[in-house]
Amino acid sequence: MTATLTPVLSRTWGEDRSWTREVYERFDGYQGLRAALAKAPDEVTQIVKNSELRGRGGAGFPTGNKWGFIPQGGDKPVYLVVNADESEPGTCKDIPLMMASPHELVEGAIIASYAIRATHAFIYVRGEVVHVLRRVQAAVQEAYDAGYAGTDILGSGYDLEIIVHAGAGAYICGEETALLDSLEGRRGQPRLRPPFPAIAGLYASPTVINNVESIASVPSILRHGAKWFTDQGTDNDDPRKRSKGMTLYSLSGHVMRPGQYEGPMGLTLRELLDLSGGVREGHELKFWTPGGSSTPILTDEHLDVPLSYEGIAAAGSMLGTKALQVFDETTCVVRAVLRWTEFYAHESCGKCTPCREGTFWLVQILRRLELGDGTDEDLEKLLDISDNILGRAFCALGDGATSPITSSLQYFRDEYVAHFEHGGCPFDPARATLFATSQGARGR
Amino acid sequence: MTYDIEVRDRLEVDAKEIIARYPRRRSALLPLLHLMQSEEGYVSPNGIELAAELLDITTAEVAAVATFYTMYKRRPNGEYSVGVCTNTLCAVMGGDQIFSTLKEHLGIGHDETTDDGRVTLEHLECNAACDYAPVMMVNWEFFDNQTPESAVGLVDDLRAGREVRPTRGAGLCSFKQVSRVLAGFHDGRADEGPAAGPATLAGLEIHREQSSAGRRRRTTEDSSDTDRAAAPSDGPDPRQGQSAHDAPAQTAESDPANTAAPTGDEDGTA
Ligand SMILES: Cc1cc2nc3c(=O)[nH]c(=O)nc-3n(C[C@H](O)[C@H](O)[C@H](O)COP(=O)(O)O)c2cc1C
Ligand code: SF4
Ligand code: FES
Repeated sequence: MTATLTPVLSRTWGEDRSWTREVYERFDGYQGLRAALAKAPDEVTQIVKNSELRGRGGAGFPTGNKWGFIPQGGDKPVYLVVNADESEPGTCKDIPLMMASPHELVEGAIIASYAIRATHAFIYVRGEVVHVLRRVQAAVQEAYDAGYAGTDILGSGYDLEIIVHAGAGAYICGEETALLDSLEGRRGQPRLRPPFPAIAGLYASPTVINNVESIASVPSILRHGAKWFTDQGTDNDDPRKRSKGMTLYSLSGHVMRPGQYEGPMGLTLRELLDLSGGVREGHELKFWTPGGSSTPILTDEHLDVPLSYEGIAAAGSMLGTKALQVFDETTCVVRAVLRWTEFYAHESCGKCTPCREGTFWLVQILRRLELGDGTDEDLEKLLDISDNILGRAFCALGDGATSPITSSLQYFRDEYVAHFEHGGCPFDPARATLFATSQGARGR
Repeated sequence: MTYDIEVRDRLEVDAKEIIARYPRRRSALLPLLHLMQSEEGYVSPNGIELAAELLDITTAEVAAVATFYTMYKRRPNGEYSVGVCTNTLCAVMGGDQIFSTLKEHLGIGHDETTDDGRVTLEHLECNAACDYAPVMMVNWEFFDNQTPESAVGLVDDLRAGREVRPTRGAGLCSFKQVSRVLAGFHDGRADEGPAAGPATLAGLEIHREQSSAGRRRRTTEDSSDTDRAAAPSDGPDPRQGQSAHDAPAQTAESDPANTAAPTGDEDGTA
């Protein structure tokens, strides 16, 4: 049976000038905001709790609960910070969302701010995507002009300022506490927790930080109700073991039709490949990431694992951002892992020793291995260093750096060994490219 | 050396506007550094000094921040920043070949600028466009699905002053102009370029094929299977006009991972 796609966040993306308020409103835009303003803020939070929406930025924390942690009635202002720093390798959903329908995010941000009684909402957009920044800037301006932001929003008495802020190139700023430091005008380095941002976040005030897709999912929940959302996704009697709602799956790499696929939580990679024409012609799946490079790789054994928080966890990985990077048999796993590891070493903020030193040494060893100069001992050393980083690093960047290494050694140890037995890499990188002329260039 | 009075006055006016956006002054530092970069094409000692003065912090504090972020340049950048994504997915899909071809063609390495001052070449980390791999960026606009040949053509055009257009984005601005947008000054170009490229719309298109296949089925067979596919009662009906976009089909009770919607006939879903 073929799975069915359910475009909600992506419903307007194919429209002419979809980024404008005019088009967005033709597709029920800002109806969620009107519905929210007719309720008390706590009621809005309760609806989001009931929807069981979980954070789409990687960790899957229940969004409504996060909002509920904000202490109310204190004398400090409350802030909303939208994490639009999308930089996890493989992750490419928030950027196209903001390019095509920035109002979905802006509306969600206003609703979320109202629910937590925030005075300011910040949208922290990674700097390296200037046109996306323009679209978000323009959408915020349009929202002000229409009375959806600023003072006395739609006559409700609620005031909100929205600030669009551009980052300046640093993967670590996607980590929520590093993002806060960056937004305060500092080097983006993670903070010690506790205190958690809900208690002492931006300017030491109560702060909610949410991913773009999490926030953009909120208007539809307000329009249709929590049950509409929980009717989609996976089921289990234990609420912690189910994943609800629709989500964006990002398919990339050696597939016939890479792109954004919006469907209920819990589709499988096989279903998505069946829908989209499969792995590129004449080739077969070798390995894939379920949610970016920080999530352990999986193989063709895992094609039928539901892409849900609990499903992927049971398979020994993490759902992460649902960034499905697909690699076929022409790809050298050692090369792939080396490149990811170089990325982590480059992006390590240097604050803690296990990550700063560990990623450096992992790169040295992997380079040796790729050149064919490695030994069995090197493989043990990789695992040993990974073991010393995992759980000992100050933030999840360090943990993530070990994922490609330990998972690739679990599934493809032979390929590492082949490198040093063969005296170099046995793969021809030309065959893996998009423009490979040999059999099976991607058709479209 | 410091800025001319005239330049300084102009920057100060802009800086005040930036600072006024934030509840606390220091939050203005990143946009201020983008602003300084829009003046000289890099974050110069002058820029660091002025930012420090305006925020009432030390130049050492500003420099510590400026050097942490890769988008701030320490030497004057070329008119165009040409970046090639060489993170794993793009690298495997051809980014490595593109980058080495460009290095050879331009005779420069990473973070170096051609003698004519037109092009600064860089390798980039994942730019959130993996579904368009291999990806290049010129002044932070997307150039999707590149090849070594298209990349050479692109830099040749940039150096010759011929017009090039990003795949998804506005007409190309200079590095300095783009830095101003990053500082938060909207340049009125949001309406240029498309909403999305083909990969962004891939799922939406397949959904359309699915729904039209479903509609066809519905007219030919009135099965209870199709009836179960009705949208939740509090949501719009997915098969009715404009609201069709907004209502996912209900999931089957027995198998929540799968929807009970029409599955589409063979030719409709391939
Ligand atoms: C190294 C690192 C990078 C991250 N990058 C991002 C990012 O680019 N975008 C994002 O939304 N979350 C990112 N996260 C996760 C955030 O820390 C945080 O969990 C998330 O923004 C919370 O939003 P959510 O609950 O809506 O998912 C990153 C985490 C780490 C450790
Ligand atoms: S784990 Fe790495 S990125 Fe995170 S704080 Fe430590 S050094 Fe910085
Ligand atoms: S790996 Fe190149 S854009 Fe993601």
